Amino acid sequence: MAKKLKNMSDSNLLLLITIVVFVLMYAGAIMFQGKGFLKPQTFFNILNANAALIILSCGLSLVMITGGIDISVGGMTALVSMCCAVYLDFKGGNVAVSMLIALCIGLAFGIVQGFLVAYLDIQPFIVTLAGMFFARGMTTIVNTNPFNVANENFVALKETRVIVPGMGSVNKLGKYVDAYVEIGVIVALIVVILMFLMLKYTKLGRAFYAVGGNKQSALMLGINVKRTKFLSHLICSILGAIGGYVYFLHVGSGAASHAQGAEMNAIASSIIGGTMLTGGVGNIVGTFFGVLSLSTIQNIVSSAGLDQAWWTGITIAAMLCIFLVIQSVVMARKHSQVKK
Amino acid sequence: MSNTKKMSISDIFGKLFRNQIFVPIAAMLILLIFNLIADPSFFRITLGYNSAGNPVLSGYLMTVLDCGSELAILAIGMTLVTAASGGQDISVGAGIAIAGSALLRVLCGNNTRPETLNAPIIVAFLVSVLVAMCFGAFNGCLVAFFKIQPMVATLILYTAGRSIAAWINNNELPIVSDATFSYIGGFIPGIPIPTPFFIAAACLLIIALVLKFTNLGLYTQAVGINESSSRLNGLNPTFIKWLSFVILGICVAVAALIKVSRLSSINYSVIAKDIEMDAILAVALGGNALSGGKFNMWASVMGAFVIQLLTTTLYKFNVQSDALPAYKAVVVILLVVFSSPVVREKMAQISKKMKSRKEAA
Amino acid sequence: MKDNAVLELHNIHKSFPGVKALNGVEFTLRKGEIHALMGENGAGKSTLIKVLTGVYTKDEGEILLEGHEGPVSIKSPQDAQHVGISTVYQEITLCPNLSVAENMYIGRSDDILQNWKKMNEGAGKMLESLDIPAKPTQQLGTCSIAVQQMVAIARAVDMDCKVLILDEPTSSLDDQEVQKLFKLMRDLKERGVGIIFVTHFLDQVYEVCDRITVLRDGKFEGEYEIKDLPRVELVSKMLGKELDDLSDIKGDSEVKVISDGDIPVFEVQGLSSTSGIKPFDFHIGKGEVNGFTGLLGSGRSECVRAIFGADKVISGKVIKNGKEIKIQKPIDAMKNGIGYLPEDRKIDGIVGDLSVKDNIILALQVMKGFFKPFTKAEAYAFADEYIKLLGIKTASADTPIKSLSGGNQQKCILARWLLTHPDYLILDEPTRGIDVGTKVDIQKLVLKLASEGMSITFISSETDEMLRTCSRMVVMRDRKVVGELSGDDLNQTKIMSTIAGGEA
Repeated sequence: MAKKLKNMSDSNLLLLITIVVFVLMYAGAIMFQGKGFLKPQTFFNILNANAALIILSCGLSLVMITGGIDISVGGMTALVSMCCAVYLDFKGGNVAVSMLIALCIGLAFGIVQGFLVAYLDIQPFIVTLAGMFFARGMTTIVNTNPFNVANENFVALKETRVIVPGMGSVNKLGKYVDAYVEIGVIVALIVVILMFLMLKYTKLGRAFYAVGGNKQSALMLGINVKRTKFLSHLICSILGAIGGYVYFLHVGSGAASHAQGAEMNAIASSIIGGTMLTGGVGNIVGTFFGVLSLSTIQNIVSSAGLDQAWWTGITIAAMLCIFLVIQSVVMARKHSQVKK
Repeated sequence: MSNTKKMSISDIFGKLFRNQIFVPIAAMLILLIFNLIADPSFFRITLGYNSAGNPVLSGYLMTVLDCGSELAILAIGMTLVTAASGGQDISVGAGIAIAGSALLRVLCGNNTRPETLNAPIIVAFLVSVLVAMCFGAFNGCLVAFFKIQPMVATLILYTAGRSIAAWINNNELPIVSDATFSYIGGFIPGIPIPTPFFIAAACLLIIALVLKFTNLGLYTQAVGINESSSRLNGLNPTFIKWLSFVILGICVAVAALIKVSRLSSINYSVIAKDIEMDAILAVALGGNALSGGKFNMWASVMGAFVIQLLTTTLYKFNVQSDALPAYKAVVVILLVVFSSPVVREKMAQISKKMKSRKEAA
Repeated sequence: MKDNAVLELHNIHKSFPGVKALNGVEFTLRKGEIHALMGENGAGKSTLIKVLTGVYTKDEGEILLEGHEGPVSIKSPQDAQHVGISTVYQEITLCPNLSVAENMYIGRSDDILQNWKKMNEGAGKMLESLDIPAKPTQQLGTCSIAVQQMVAIARAVDMDCKVLILDEPTSSLDDQEVQKLFKLMRDLKERGVGIIFVTHFLDQVYEVCDRITVLRDGKFEGEYEIKDLPRVELVSKMLGKELDDLSDIKGDSEVKVISDGDIPVFEVQGLSSTSGIKPFDFHIGKGEVNGFTGLLGSGRSECVRAIFGADKVISGKVIKNGKEIKIQKPIDAMKNGIGYLPEDRKIDGIVGDLSVKDNIILALQVMKGFFKPFTKAEAYAFADEYIKLLGIKTASADTPIKSLSGGNQQKCILARWLLTHPDYLILDEPTRGIDVGTKVDIQKLVLKLASEGMSITFISSETDEMLRTCSRMVVMRDRKVVGELSGDDLNQTKIMSTIAGGEA
């Protein structure tokens, strides 16, 4: 067994840790927080509330696997929400066009940030930090006050519920209630599957890993390192826009304060999901479970009556810290083994 | 004869251009000239009386001096961290919230609206310094011992800091009614110049003395430039990096004292929001490489006041505070693009071509 | 092209600013042979390989390849791979986070999809046929360095390479692993691949190679059948000394030899460090100059690094004037009066952006302590004194050291250590990459310091210099001390035969 663990690839080892953590946590929640967590709908609600985060985390995992980082996705989410909200409400616009607007914002951010990072060789943290502040500032410039979108088509789309067959439960009045998920969850699942397939079964996907593993080697092995880095940022920003739109669909409003700290949650999810900050190691499935772990913790915290926003901040940071240190230690030990 | 004279003038200019402090000074001059043309009232300073009947100087320039003080203090620590670790601490805003909260906790005790202070201000301040140093040490540990990139390591406190701050005071918002306490962030009776400016000056004096009477500057730069070589010269790079984060912790506590005193209270989610961006920007504007190594403390401090000047100018033109980051982000991107080696090389090539073309012509 | 040749290089020239790295080099590689490319540091081996693999472009000359009409042009590593030249470097240039099979196939085709099954099958077959003990699905990082190296070779073979360049592949392998690698090389030879083998281990050359080409100072020295070139002759060709003139050329300078009764100033017993050197003993007396010699990579630098505490020491003790001292970190060594000028000036020596003055005072300042900085006047006085003493050519003491020439940088580092007035000064390659005048200056200085009572260890790739300065030389081979020469034994012939070892 020990030998098996040793021969396991870094990605799979960290993925295993993540899934174990999630299962333990959910089991713990069921044991200590009562039956609420047993209901499938509780689980689906976690998905509903975090569909956007799943998409954002997928993007971040990609960038981190390639050895970079992107902290502009939270700001982008706010910007996308606000721009689409303003377009739909004030201009009475079309829902499809609002999606296009979101996509364009993502493309613009992706191209600029990707170019600066990949071709001008500027630290990704600085570039995307500026991106984040730019997005937040622009959101306020577009519109200052938060407001709800009343556009009929949009509200209809927002209210659409996808019934999950066979997962319903009987409520207090003895009536059977179907379990449901929102459209965003479907989008998130599609993104997870597509990203998983892309990373695993395309040459480009493997190139992301190669570049993150060792830039110099990747170059020697015949990979276009700059283009790969550029694409990682481009895809991350596009996913940021999609995630932003899903967030918008979930909350149905535009506000400058939307998705505050979402980038930190996305990074934390990726790290908890087994993505290495140093690049080259990570797994989209792990990221998915990372988001679930994170949101389960948040749920536990709030249902334990500790309904204060600061508890979530502290727990997330504590988890992030623990996983970071574990990664640092695991990698250091692994390196020393190989050396011997 | 005239030829040699010409040479010497261009030499002087060249020297000035090459000097690091030229960058922030030039930026400051540009901003000042812009204000002079747009609206000279920017420079007006008036002597008035505040609500307590004390004489105070007011005007945009005084605002710059006043509000730029915390930033200048933070820039000191941020410069050291940048130089030693080649990265930046993005948790200073959250750190201010923590230190400020600790300060209030000691001042107010369990009562959130105390009539009298629970402890002397100096004691409360020392406690908050200690707390901030601990958090700095925590960041430093992650960076120096676990070798996590500084920005990512400090992400942890960036995420949790404001929550911890709220937790220290049980999510209450204590208010200090003591008048002496408000002098720190305001005006001491009889002195019309804002107190924060004196505190910043004192900090600058201290760091100047430290740099003069210890080897902090030499060690930090040596570690930042060449870690391996520093180790072979008997330095302990891990400790020096760690130390720089602890020093930043002290700066954070001082900045928190001023910030809290201004309000006589605290707002955990808003206090010192986005100040990390300004502090990093101050270091960059001072012409210090964000990848570490050689630093010029005075250029950073100058950079801090330039940032404040920019902020105040933007405010004057009715830019909303929430929209400010967008403008600053553009400044940051321009700065890093023009200081990136790739772009510099390209520009050098172009200028060389132009020169050779000129010569050919 | 000649019969049977897969690769011919004619009259290759390559210059860098100020240096003629390759000057009319000839090279012929035949089908199914292992061809050693030998030469000391700076002989042009690595430049030649980089020209061949497209990292550098040649200034002049032609490259002929089997199956290509006329000369081929190689502009990038990718070009080289396309025409069938593959290289395996000393440092692994694969991605440790990917699987073995992926490392063999990535970056080779423009397909969009990754076919894992086909890839794993192909890789499995290749690994099996080459008898490489790795599974295709295994993560590369979990394999030993030797296996990683073999995977790199398998990748090259799978790409149908005709020419395989192995650039110091054995430097981080143990004996068993080396044997496995050799078996692989012989297999490939059977398949008709031409292999260029670059190494500094003489034993290995004689074990596995068919032919040797020797380069010296960027020039072609000759091509020999392995059986026609005994070891001593090979060493003399590499060093550029004809056997006949290898008389004792020790200078007239008086060199003190330690007598048996004296207690050595420093003594080392059974010292070994994490860098992989075998435990060694060593001693040095007051005013003595001695040296570690051996070919590049033989472990001479690692020995002195262990003494200075630069690498982590795992066994042994250091004794100063008869008393045991503890050296764990460089600062411990410094406080015990040891100075160390490191081998790699750029990485371990200079602090590039700092001024000449700061670089000179750095070590003494660190010893003096954090709270006791020198005043500006003191610092400038020190700097100016040594700038004058060593004749450092710099615009001022405030000039950043990185803008100085190599020789002057080295003098600054030397000044740094002289300023600490050490009892024992270790100079690792102080004359590398600097102009001739400075080389002579440094050697003179070494003898002068020794006559004033300083103990000095002097390491150089140029045996001449060591003969001129040292009274005793420790000879190293394969990270082991294999001999100690002094007195009449101290001459080129004896040194070479000791370095070469074996039958000579």
